[in-house]
Amino acid sequence: MLKIKNLHAIVEGKEILKGINLEVAPGEIHAIMGPNGSGKSTLASVLAGNPKYEVTRGNITFKGKDLLEMAPEERACGGLFLSFQYPVEIPGVSMVNFMRASINAQRKYRGETPISASEFLKMMRDKRELLGMDSQLVSRSVNEGFSGGEKKKNEIFQMAMLNPLLSILDETDSGLDIDALRVVAEGVNRLQTKENATIVITHYQRLLEYIKPHRVHVLYDGKIVKSGDPELALELERRGYDWIVNL
Amino acid sequence: MVEKQYIELFEQYREEVDKHSAEGMNRLRDAALETFKRTGFPTTKHEEYRHSNIAHAFDADLGLNLRNIPVKVSPYDAFKCNVPNLNTHLCFLVNDRFYGKVRQGELHKREQLSKIKPDYYDKLKQEEPLPEGVFAGSLRAFSEKYPEQFEAHYGKIADYTGNGTVAYNTLFAQDGFVVYVPKNVTVEKPLQLVNILRGGVDLNVNRRNLIIAEENARVKLLVCDHAVDDVHFVVTQVTEIAAEASSQVDLYELEENSTKVTRLNNLFCEQQERSVVHVTGITLHNGFTRNNYRFKLLGEHADVHAGGLAICDKKQHVDNFVFVEHTVPRCTSNELFKTVLQEEATGVFRGRILVEKDAQQTLAYQVNRNLVMSDKARMFAQPQLEIYADDVKCSHGLTTGHLDEEARFYMQARGISAEEAQLMLMVAFTRDVVDMIRIPALQERLVHLIDKRFRGEFTRCGNCEICM
Repeated sequence: MLKIKNLHAIVEGKEILKGINLEVAPGEIHAIMGPNGSGKSTLASVLAGNPKYEVTRGNITFKGKDLLEMAPEERACGGLFLSFQYPVEIPGVSMVNFMRASINAQRKYRGETPISASEFLKMMRDKRELLGMDSQLVSRSVNEGFSGGEKKKNEIFQMAMLNPLLSILDETDSGLDIDALRVVAEGVNRLQTKENATIVITHYQRLLEYIKPHRVHVLYDGKIVKSGDPELALELERRGYDWIVNL
Repeated sequence: MVEKQYIELFEQYREEVDKHSAEGMNRLRDAALETFKRTGFPTTKHEEYRHSNIAHAFDADLGLNLRNIPVKVSPYDAFKCNVPNLNTHLCFLVNDRFYGKVRQGELHKREQLSKIKPDYYDKLKQEEPLPEGVFAGSLRAFSEKYPEQFEAHYGKIADYTGNGTVAYNTLFAQDGFVVYVPKNVTVEKPLQLVNILRGGVDLNVNRRNLIIAEENARVKLLVCDHAVDDVHFVVTQVTEIAAEASSQVDLYELEENSTKVTRLNNLFCEQQERSVVHVTGITLHNGFTRNNYRFKLLGEHADVHAGGLAICDKKQHVDNFVFVEHTVPRCTSNELFKTVLQEEATGVFRGRILVEKDAQQTLAYQVNRNLVMSDKARMFAQPQLEIYADDVKCSHGLTTGHLDEEARFYMQARGISAEEAQLMLMVAFTRDVVDMIRIPALQERLVHLIDKRFRGEFTRCGNCEICM
């Protein structure tokens, strides 16, 4: 589904990604771990198409298409979803309008008619309940005045609404208390099928107790320095990152 | 000197001007003439007009309808102006003259209307009258019916001895619109005044509005400005608001003029104790606009909420100047002004707050936010706070910038196109000003119109979008 080859990327003239190679197949969950500043969030941003990052070398294919040629909205419409590490507040745009616009943009891209009002409302209610979100939250402006935890829940809520093929969860666990973490993880697990895939970017092993990855990768200084089975995450938790860095 | 021709015109035709005006309006003309001769129109040499040259607008061959020659206008043209779902008492000014309502008009007009616009005719038939004692009509009729009220307020609130544009208006104004609400009366249904500009030649129109809310009276007024014909109009408008003790006055102005219209608006509002005034001006489409808002808080616990929104593209120009005077303790003023500039538009905001020595425990807030969407658009913004009392809470915030790129990317990352995201963000930017309007149906309609405006679905006022 996703193939990353020798990816190099810079931000503000500084090279952050220095040759990433990664393949993700349908049905898989990959965890990317690594210390602060190793390039985890940059990788997520590059995949989503954030214009602040410039790819200097390498290529990415998504469902066989050249991802780097696609605008951010095309990537989203093609089924790529980024759960933002820092969800953006958008005063004046209600969650309802935001979600309706997103869903209809994606439906339009697939050549489908806009969603009916009743279907949309039912979907909003169902997904909100899945995440245990307050009905008040979805009637407010996007992320405005949301607590840190509410913002993260809201990301997974959007993911549930949009039903993506490939989800990238960028530090979705940070800022969540243990109960919220469980709710979010359950949401992610329920959305996981044989057809879609998830990349979980995290600093700690904690989230991986709830979301079981098939593969764990360690990112350090812009490269994946080690890949392994889920045992690797536990080992990292025990020994820290130093032992890998010093390999 | 551009003023000369107008002074000569006035002196030559004074008799005509007086003859077609309310008697009380004529009494102020000597003093207005003296001021105008002394000050002339403001130019960019005046600090407060640095970015808006008023004199320039008059440097043209403009006609004035001094003899009150009736302007051809058919009521059903005017009925284009009706915010759907907004149930209002509707009145019209054509240029500066009050146009009698059709329901008060002749029978054949009613019949004509019933054929052309049956829905509207039905609505008119059902229309309930204004509450007892409330007056909504022409200045002239008001001055005859309520001479004392007229004398007490006309020209008493507007400063025509210090401001050239106001003096000019006072010199030439012959009619206008009055809302008078007596003590303890609430006008439940909003009043709507539609200003229609019509003319076959370039025209100067001088219009007056007077709003009097007596003690504990409540009234909401929506004023829509429309130019119908494709000629140059230079419009001066002076609005005086007397908000007496515990009264509530809402005034919402919506400008939807062609690019050939110069609108020079001066609003003066005096508030007594516990009065609450809401004024919001929306410039949806225009040519050159200068709005002066002046609020004087004269009684304790008076509140004023002033809002403004200007959406400009092409070479449109909007200059909002707000001056709030806190003269007594424990009053609140709250300002929110926003501008969206595209293409080669120019926006100006100047917000002056004066808190006098005795005005302790004043709360004065001012926010000005401007969105500049193009390299060629320009925004000039300046807050000006003068505080002489020591126990006050005053704040001002001013930002001018581009669209929030992070927000746009966030929306794109959900599948929304860059263009659509930009549109949604621009509409969102205007939202809190629209929220200041206390007529829900008008809010809804405005959100829709603003969206259309940004989509470029109407570029001039010709078919009056607000007014179907």
